[in-house]
Amino acid sequence: MLAWTIYLSFAGALVEALLPKGRAGLARVVALVIALAGLLIAIAGFAAGAGQGRNTIIDVAWVPSMGIHYFLAADGISRVLVLLTGLAAVAGVLFSWNVDRRTNEFFAFFLALIGGVYGVFLSFDLFLLFVFYEIAIVPKYFLIAIWGSTRREYAAMKLALYSFVGSAMVLIALLAAYASSGSHSTSLVDLANAGLSTHFQMWAFPLTFVGFGILAGMWPFHTWAPTGHVAAPTAASMLLAGVVMKLGAYGCLRVAMGLFPHGMDPWGFTFFGVGSWRDVFAILAVIGIVYGALVALVQTDFKFVIGYSSVSHMGFVLLGLMTLNQIGLTGAVLQMYSHGVIAGLLFAIVGRMVYDRTHTRQFGELEQMHLLRRLPFAAWAFVIAGIASMGLPGFSGFIAELQVLVGSWHATPWWTVAAGIGIVVGVAYTWRALQKAFFTDIRPTAEDHPKTGWSDLGAITWPEVTAFSLLTGASLIVGVYPRLLLDTIEPAVKTFLAGGAQ
Amino acid sequence: MNYADLFRVTLPETALEIAALLVLVVDLVFMRKAALRTRASVAALLGVVGCISALWLMPGNAMFSIDGTANTALLVTGGWVAAAQVGILVLTGLTLVFLVDAGFTRHVGEYVAIVLMSATGGLIIAGAQDLLVIFVGLELLSLGLYVITAFAKQSGRGAEAAMKYYLFGGMSAAFLLFGFSYLYGLTGSTNLHQVVLGSIASVGSGSPLFYVALVLVAAGLGFKVAAVPFHLWAPDAYEGAPAPAAAFIASVSKVASFALLIGIGMAILHPFGDVRVRVVRMVVFHIGPSPKWFGLAAPWSLLLAVLAAASMTVGNLAALAQISVRRLLAYSAIAHAGYMLLALAYLSSRGAAAILYYILTYGLTTIAAFGVVGVVERATGTDRLDGFLGLNKRNPLLAGVLLVLFLSLAGIPPLVGFWAKFNLFAAVLRVGAGVWPFTLVALAVAFSAVSLYYYLQVLKRAYVMPAADETPIRVHPVTMITLLLIAAAVVVLGCLPDLLQNWIASF
Repeated sequence: MLAWTIYLSFAGALVEALLPKGRAGLARVVALVIALAGLLIAIAGFAAGAGQGRNTIIDVAWVPSMGIHYFLAADGISRVLVLLTGLAAVAGVLFSWNVDRRTNEFFAFFLALIGGVYGVFLSFDLFLLFVFYEIAIVPKYFLIAIWGSTRREYAAMKLALYSFVGSAMVLIALLAAYASSGSHSTSLVDLANAGLSTHFQMWAFPLTFVGFGILAGMWPFHTWAPTGHVAAPTAASMLLAGVVMKLGAYGCLRVAMGLFPHGMDPWGFTFFGVGSWRDVFAILAVIGIVYGALVALVQTDFKFVIGYSSVSHMGFVLLGLMTLNQIGLTGAVLQMYSHGVIAGLLFAIVGRMVYDRTHTRQFGELEQMHLLRRLPFAAWAFVIAGIASMGLPGFSGFIAELQVLVGSWHATPWWTVAAGIGIVVGVAYTWRALQKAFFTDIRPTAEDHPKTGWSDLGAITWPEVTAFSLLTGASLIVGVYPRLLLDTIEPAVKTFLAGGAQ
Repeated sequence: MNYADLFRVTLPETALEIAALLVLVVDLVFMRKAALRTRASVAALLGVVGCISALWLMPGNAMFSIDGTANTALLVTGGWVAAAQVGILVLTGLTLVFLVDAGFTRHVGEYVAIVLMSATGGLIIAGAQDLLVIFVGLELLSLGLYVITAFAKQSGRGAEAAMKYYLFGGMSAAFLLFGFSYLYGLTGSTNLHQVVLGSIASVGSGSPLFYVALVLVAAGLGFKVAAVPFHLWAPDAYEGAPAPAAAFIASVSKVASFALLIGIGMAILHPFGDVRVRVVRMVVFHIGPSPKWFGLAAPWSLLLAVLAAASMTVGNLAALAQISVRRLLAYSAIAHAGYMLLALAYLSSRGAAAILYYILTYGLTTIAAFGVVGVVERATGTDRLDGFLGLNKRNPLLAGVLLVLFLSLAGIPPLVGFWAKFNLFAAVLRVGAGVWPFTLVALAVAFSAVSLYYYLQVLKRAYVMPAADETPIRVHPVTMITLLLIAAAVVVLGCLPDLLQNWIASF
């Protein structure tokens, strides 16, 4: 059943591409219907799969001569991420309700991207996963380059090339694994059981992990993320932060760690206390957390703050992955969900509610505008989203980051302390942004703001309120009752760790 | 020497020659008064019919040899040779279709006739087993190419390109012949297998002349596939030739040349076929230095690997800086040739199928790419990147075709270009599990990431940047249908990669 999320999205993309030009209203409704259908299927699949392990959706030979299967399946991790994709898709459509230039093309690329993302999360054949992963690259490019803002062509090309270089690294490892395993199957399960030599895994693991890690915003390969997020139109930056960065993290988990577990074994020697690839990537993750937070603290562009905060939050995911224990990995998966929802929310507030009305994201100019009075809904929405992003109890981010930190405390206490500093700085940059953008102390003067131009910002529309409620609700429910997702994630993580891989 | 065999083996070639003469007669005798458009359509139609009848007359497995055995074979067909020949005929037919609205010449009859004769040369070298036949076939192929490059007589660029192409071609033919003469002198035979066997027999003496001969042969054939450093003609010829002629040079001539390279490679790297190799290794193990590399295999493999690495590097990096789409396609063709040369350096029967898969799908994609370039050129008067500005507004269908083709060339799944690359690189890694093949494959994959940049430069003009001129571009319906069919084939073959693979394996 979950497979229909993929087919519906691609079919929707095709329909949108064929719609007559100038029928913007129709294009929006079609996109919303497709996204909603995807979300409903994702919820149904999530509910139906509760308490089950991995179940196969479809497994047919695709390219028999090369042992490639069209193998879709879902385990607890996939179900949670598919659910996240459904949420992000619906919210993305709602927050791009005001796109009126080449609307049908916009939603065609949007749905094609969504389809590719669903495909990655559901693929259990390495090859199929790679195909869906690459399908997602091209729509991103066009979404940013055509509908974006600040330095959009540069940012779009940078993102496309970073993604493609990452996938080239993955492809090299994939080809080598395929050629050296000798098994005539590219199914993740078969490849994991193919008994690849430790020597091979030792170099294939870092290659794959970095390849996918580029898209997960791993420091120092994160530089596409802030520029890409800032340039992208609202819906695209929601998707970039919400699900595309998760593609990278998911690839790290499912492919790099699943296929090459021995790549994380100790090298047998230590170099300044670093004794394995696991240590290397854990350190990079911690640097990402702290670096992202510190850089976010000094930005003058509202969207750059959120962009760098994404790098910081994704650091928690990577740190959680490298703990290699039950609680840390569970936290990492939950953090993927949590960051997907919260970052989507933050980008929507900055991009849609504020920027589309004020046409500036500079704090210096926003300070003059007294947005608290003029856009009270946006201000309070950002307060709520900011609290969620800081990781205060009651929201999903709290549970997730707590679990990652506990897991990492078991593995490597000192780096946990450093990551904790990242959280403190996270509170600081969120507060700073909140204060500069909305709660400014500059008093309005009559000559600064003549009465006439005072209320031209436009009211908050129903799609914005709906999508805001959807995403906030999604974070709150999990924050209040985390078992909802944990009951699905934990067994899957346990199987993952026990199997060494799948 | 059984001439009935010769007739049977060369039935498709004969059909093409007859069609070529027929086109000339019809055009010069019956169509003198007709409008140019009608003449072009009739000539193209006759040419396509000639290709189809040649396809229909393809013999199954057949061989023409002096004493009836494979030891003295001159021409063979069947197996992957037949697959390559079918590819040559189909691609020739497709390039002829684009003649219907290309007004670059009034001598359409001659153009079609020369294209058909050139294709005949392509068919011959695909199945040639003898050095002399190879040379004659190559010259037949090449002479036609020089002529059609200069076919737009009003174009100064065309004449310049043809002159460069001809001078380079003449020199490389001389190299090739010189190399062949060494091989004949050293082994006393012009048959490919006898030459290779002779080189293995003389492994003890280790005459350095073999290496000289191989370098000369590689130079001659490297010119045909535009491998670096013998590539200098390609950008000029691609830029100066009329679009249908450029499409023919970029596809059919490449398919034929790579088929020839596969034939030579299989003879050198697998002189006894895959089955008996083990026995031979046992024998050679006792007399030769290394069981794995004997005869010409090691130097040939090394030569091709060097050409491959150079072509990938230069082709991809030079393409980054191009502002003319035709030159961009030329440099990307050099890069693609590099990928295929890599597979030729580490050849197996699986690799041969992978190279055929690659060159056939690449040829198909390139023909359509030149079709689009030709249309845009006629509408805007230029093949510069800026000519593609706002193509999405001016003709969405054409822009869609361009999107599919260029993404396929860049190797984005699920389009056919991706499978071609995957197949090719997997075949290389399956043969040579060592540091060098792996490094070269890694280089190739890395460069295909680079290539996305220049393909996106064109697509960016078509989709993202604002149009300078928004008047719609009209396309001849036949051209449009052909382009759409090719784009559909690129998508369908990409989604079902087994179709073409099984088809190649079925010969």
